[in-house]
Amino acid sequence: MSEKKRKNHQNDESYFLASQWTLMRRKLMKHGLARFSMVLLGLLYCIAIFGNFVAPSDLVAYNAKTKNCPPTKIHWVHEGDFIGPFVYGLESERNMETFQLEYREDTARIYRIRWFVDGPEYKFWGLFPTTKHLFGVEDDGYLFLFGSDSMGRDLFSRVILGSQVSLTIPFVGTVISFVLGVLIGSASGYFGGVVDTVVQRIIEVLSSFPSIPLWMALSAAIPSDIPVVRMYLYITIIISLLSWTKLARIVRGKFISLRNEDFVTAAKLAGVSDLQIMLKHLVPGFMSYLIVNLTLEIPSMIIGETSMSFLGLGIRSPATSWGVLLQEAQDISSIASYPWRLIPLIAVVVTVLAFNFLGDGLRDAADPYK
Amino acid sequence: MIPTVLIISFVVFFIIQLPPGDYVSSYIAKMSAEGEIFTQEMIDEMRAEYGLDRPWYIQYFYWMMDILFHGDFGYSFSYLRPVWDVIMDRLGLTIAVSLITMAFTYLVSLPIGIYSANHQYSVGDYLFTFIGFLGMAAPNFLLAIILMYASYVWTGTPYIGLFSQEMLQNGIHLYNFGEFLKRLIIPVIVIGTSGTCGVIRTVRAQMLDEQSKQYTLTARAKGVSERKITYKYCLRAAINPVVSGLSNSLSSIFTGSTISAIVMNLAIQGPVLYTALKNQDMYLAGTILLVQAVLIVIGTLLSDIALGLLDPRIRFEQQKED
Repeated sequence: MSEKKRKNHQNDESYFLASQWTLMRRKLMKHGLARFSMVLLGLLYCIAIFGNFVAPSDLVAYNAKTKNCPPTKIHWVHEGDFIGPFVYGLESERNMETFQLEYREDTARIYRIRWFVDGPEYKFWGLFPTTKHLFGVEDDGYLFLFGSDSMGRDLFSRVILGSQVSLTIPFVGTVISFVLGVLIGSASGYFGGVVDTVVQRIIEVLSSFPSIPLWMALSAAIPSDIPVVRMYLYITIIISLLSWTKLARIVRGKFISLRNEDFVTAAKLAGVSDLQIMLKHLVPGFMSYLIVNLTLEIPSMIIGETSMSFLGLGIRSPATSWGVLLQEAQDISSIASYPWRLIPLIAVVVTVLAFNFLGDGLRDAADPYK
Repeated sequence: MIPTVLIISFVVFFIIQLPPGDYVSSYIAKMSAEGEIFTQEMIDEMRAEYGLDRPWYIQYFYWMMDILFHGDFGYSFSYLRPVWDVIMDRLGLTIAVSLITMAFTYLVSLPIGIYSANHQYSVGDYLFTFIGFLGMAAPNFLLAIILMYASYVWTGTPYIGLFSQEMLQNGIHLYNFGEFLKRLIIPVIVIGTSGTCGVIRTVRAQMLDEQSKQYTLTARAKGVSERKITYKYCLRAAINPVVSGLSNSLSSIFTGSTISAIVMNLAIQGPVLYTALKNQDMYLAGTILLVQAVLIVIGTLLSDIALGLLDPRIRFEQQKED
């Protein structure tokens, strides 16, 4: 047997010996767009995890002198000399016709951008206090990569710190709705009869129910003076309470088609309890399918959280999320004068697209018939 | 069907009264801010007059009884008019906008979905896939802002609301009907986009599924024309989930239009519902939600009937059960 042929043969064997998950991973790696999305999402989550370190400023620092400042230009060359990345000083003047602050660069002052500068103090992962930030401007220069908002806060920092909320709510929410969906859906499909009818009615009512009144009612029921963390938890629960129905339906369908299989009867005869049969024998059989559906559910959760916060029903300041940031982009005139306020929208769209592509790739990979 | 509507109305009522306080307390908070002084007696009197001093399920019972036996949907506290009159003002336009949006959704998405499936992995397919995902990814209220801004930059007139100043004064006539249609474009696109993209994805996936099945191969082998295979064989089987999703798309139009209508200042029910919920004007909010629920249930029924007409297998199952 020639070398090449034997290698092929080995490959074949490893193909047939590979577990379902290995096959899925291999197929997923072939899907270019999904791979790219995975890297992108990994990057976004890394930034969110190290948010306080990456963001040059914090959530509470506001400055009346830098209201609605457009994104700062980063220069490399000053009057023919190369000095590395720097920004010029910021000079503002009130236009007496429009009464708005207008910004100019003061080329006499130069502030260099440096790595690991000292900035506002924060607690790294809540463990130890530090003032180091990934990058920043030396002395008292201003660096607004994405411009600043109506209170003179750095939008770049706020987008990053907002991602800590906007990117994790869907994750926690997914876990909750996964548990709910699997438990309720499997009970409904496995037992059938009255349980099934009742659960189906509940799902029908919940899913034909418009979501906005539910959000409004539930978030109005949250007292406004509770700490941020609890608030966050409540919002997550609200969002996941609405989204378990889809998963429950899928699980139910799968159970109905599987519950009369021989191996289930065998397990029953061997005296395995109902819960064991459901969770140990049936659910793993279509786990990959569930994970695909979960991935595709995350984008709608992100949009849900964004819409809630946009309407002022979700996260409230001082905490921030992408939806809260987009509140400033609510009318035409503000976008016309300050177009950089739409930057959080780009973050939302990129994340949601990435999750969609990843879910698409996962779906293709999980399908054994392709 | 009727039980579902009843359950929905019950849940609606429960949820509306869930936030602490009622219309009287939010009214008093507003008036106190303007300097008026209320005694506890006056407050109690107001509550008794509106029937708000009773527990919510009793209120629900009386509300339902009035609806069923007198056709009376209650009284709107903030409009100071019967709820039904407030709703009728906007119901026509709401249904019109929803139906046009739905027509737009299916007229655009079906051909694109079929094209994407027939030309899988072509440039056009990738383009539509990308646009489709983008449409699902962008929250539609922000799409509304961007489109309004774009229309303002390109045409110089901000298309806010469905009526121009002139239409509000003279009413809609033939000569300004074109203007009205023009103003419909952005709302329809905004409200319809996410649904459209969803349907495109479904049709594409279903068509691809059908095309790889044995009967398509047989038909092709026998020399049936591609056109006939697509439209007479595959499409007929592929369209099922689209038809059964009809009621779902109706409910997403109602939800989607609520936020977008607030942003775009449309004279449809969305903004009324939003303020009614905010002010705890419970009979108004409850009735709007009830009307929407009834429309959705009717939509489900229609889509079930359409499904039966379309798919002989479903008719057959029904007959077997009878």
